[in-house]
Amino acid sequence: MIWEVFRQEREGQPFQHGGSLEAPNLAFAETYAREFYGRRDESFALWIVPREAVEEVRDPYVADVFDRDYRRVDGYSLKVKLKEARELAAKNAPHFPREESSAISDLESA
Amino acid sequence: MSEDNLTKPAGSRSKGSVPESAQRILELADDELILGWRNSEWTGIAPFLEEDVAFSSIAQTEIGHARAWYELAAKELGTDADALAFDRDSDDYRCAPFVELRLVPDWAQTIARHWLYETADAIRIKALKASDDPDVAGLAGKIDREEAYHRIHADMWADRLREERRFTEALDSLWPYALGLLDKEQRDRLSEATGREQVEAVERRGHTGELRPLWEEMTMVRRSIPGAAW
Repeated sequence: MIWEVFRQEREGQPFQHGGSLEAPNLAFAETYAREFYGRRDESFALWIVPREAVEEVRDPYVADVFDRDYRRVDGYSLKVKLKEARELAAKNAPHFPREESSAISDLESA
Repeated sequence: MSEDNLTKPAGSRSKGSVPESAQRILELADDELILGWRNSEWTGIAPFLEEDVAFSSIAQTEIGHARAWYELAAKELGTDADALAFDRDSDDYRCAPFVELRLVPDWAQTIARHWLYETADAIRIKALKASDDPDVAGLAGKIDREEAYHRIHADMWADRLREERRFTEALDSLWPYALGLLDKEQRDRLSEATGREQVEAVERRGHTGELRPLWEEMTMVRRSIPGAAW
């Protein structure tokens, strides 16, 4: 039976996968986990989980086909949009010098 | 290299010249060294990888405990741990016959000895922690903290193999030896802890024929190059 061992280095920190081991039951798994992940005082706590209890999800992406990058935690970049807006403005109003397209300049300096 | 070329151990001394208190510490040290050596014979060939790592580690800590006891005895005897561990003649070792037995490749017997030893050692260490000698009591306390892991390991195996005929037969055959590890007044406690009747013990005086070949191998480097350290 395979057991996955997660270790917490210090109290309060997230548990991270340490490795796996083979043992016939929880008593053996715990003893070996202590030896492999606790002998050098390198772990505050361990989680020992039968591998079957771990549900693995492959390709966990939710389809993101439309441009909704504003939903991402890192926000979205203004740079490309500004460039597009500038080019569009230049095309639609060729008789205005660039300096006078104030709305975009304001955005850019913001 | 022939035996004749090997120098006579420098630190060897006859039993009579060693004070009683140091003699008692040497019993502990020799038990731990020889058992550690025997257990280390499983390194690389234990029944499975996880056990190989765990059992090797236990062997290593036993030898570490031997070192600590030798250092304590060495202070009293004016020598050093390596000299006590490797420069005495095999006849001068004070270990119990129990730890000398070469049990590899019989895992059932190995685990039977491991469990009996750890159970007996727990009784012995508990008594040592209450010693009048603060050095002995302090060291016993430190060792006990590591021995706790050995006991978890030994108990888990004993529990697992409890119904196994090979294991119970091994316990039967090793029981008189295990009793010889402890002072007479501590043996009732071992009986109680193991659920076994007192029998005639294989006492600490004298050695089995299995110590000498172990000693030859263990001391080979020191005998070839006196004072060798690494």
